[in-house]
Amino acid sequence: MTGNIPILKIGRTLLVSIQVELSDAVAESLQNDVLSAIERSDAKGLVVDISGFDTVDTYVARILADMAKMARLMGADTVISGMRPEVAATLVRMGYTMDEVRFALNLDEALALLGHVLAK
Amino acid sequence: MISVVAQYKLDVRCEDDVVVVRRKARQLAQLRRLDPFATAAITTAVSELSRNVLVHGRGGIALLEEVSDGTRYGIRATFEDQGPGIDNLERALAGGYSTTRTMGLGLSGSRRLVDRFDIQTTVGKGTMIRVEKWQSA
Ligand SMILES: Nc1ncnc2c1ncn2[C@@H]1O[C@H](COP(=O)(O)OP(=O)(O)O)[C@@H](O)[C@H]1O
Ligand SMILES: [Mg+2]
Repeated sequence: MTGNIPILKIGRTLLVSIQVELSDAVAESLQNDVLSAIERSDAKGLVVDISGFDTVDTYVARILADMAKMARLMGADTVISGMRPEVAATLVRMGYTMDEVRFALNLDEALALLGHVLAK
Repeated sequence: MISVVAQYKLDVRCEDDVVVVRRKARQLAQLRRLDPFATAAITTAVSELSRNVLVHGRGGIALLEEVSDGTRYGIRATFEDQGPGIDNLERALAGGYSTTRTMGLGLSGSRRLVDRFDIQTTVGKGTMIRVEKWQSA
């Protein structure tokens, strides 16, 4: 159980906002919980908000990329939102690329990318 | 002349230790007023290198130090293990190579993130890696 990482549903999109530091155990159970939630809800989109992260190492980056790949196999597109500038700079400097994922500046843009029409 | 202001020696024996070492590094970087980019850089490098101690080096220690050169503060992190050592250092530092089929970007990436990177490794004896990140001028 991921316990403190809630998975919310907005239309056919699932929203996961990670505000805690991801340990290996939490990361793996989060992956499983998200996939089960996609199956249960028949979601077509997945938004993972990481605005709470001030560091992302290659381990966490891989967890996120793998989660997106698995979601894709289940028919859901993933958008990662809220990556902080210092995190983006660090990943690029390390030579890490996440080609399988789309990114958005914030939650609004992530939902828009997935085709949600937002109220003005 | 670089002086050591404070020193913290931490075990790296399990996954939770990696989290503790990373947190401590972040806390020290913030305390010594490294900017968010430098803080993310040293925290990420510490995370990668302590995970390497655990995964490749069969556990070891991390020494975190607050250092000063008289005008600026920096964070120094030293990792030591008595693991198998790295036989082809050039290849391991080039990036994209891993003996555990993971990313292979930890060592090369960390090196690019820090201001100073020193490594000593002996096959069959172990590995010592030291990195430093300083406040930007
Ligand atoms: N402390 C260590 N002891 C022994 N080998 C190491 C150590 N750190 C790194 N290595 C070797 O260098 C390779 C590259 O390390 P790294 O860039 O962190 O990638 P990864 O951890 O994904 O394999 C590792 O696969 C391993 O073979
Ligand atoms: Mg590594």
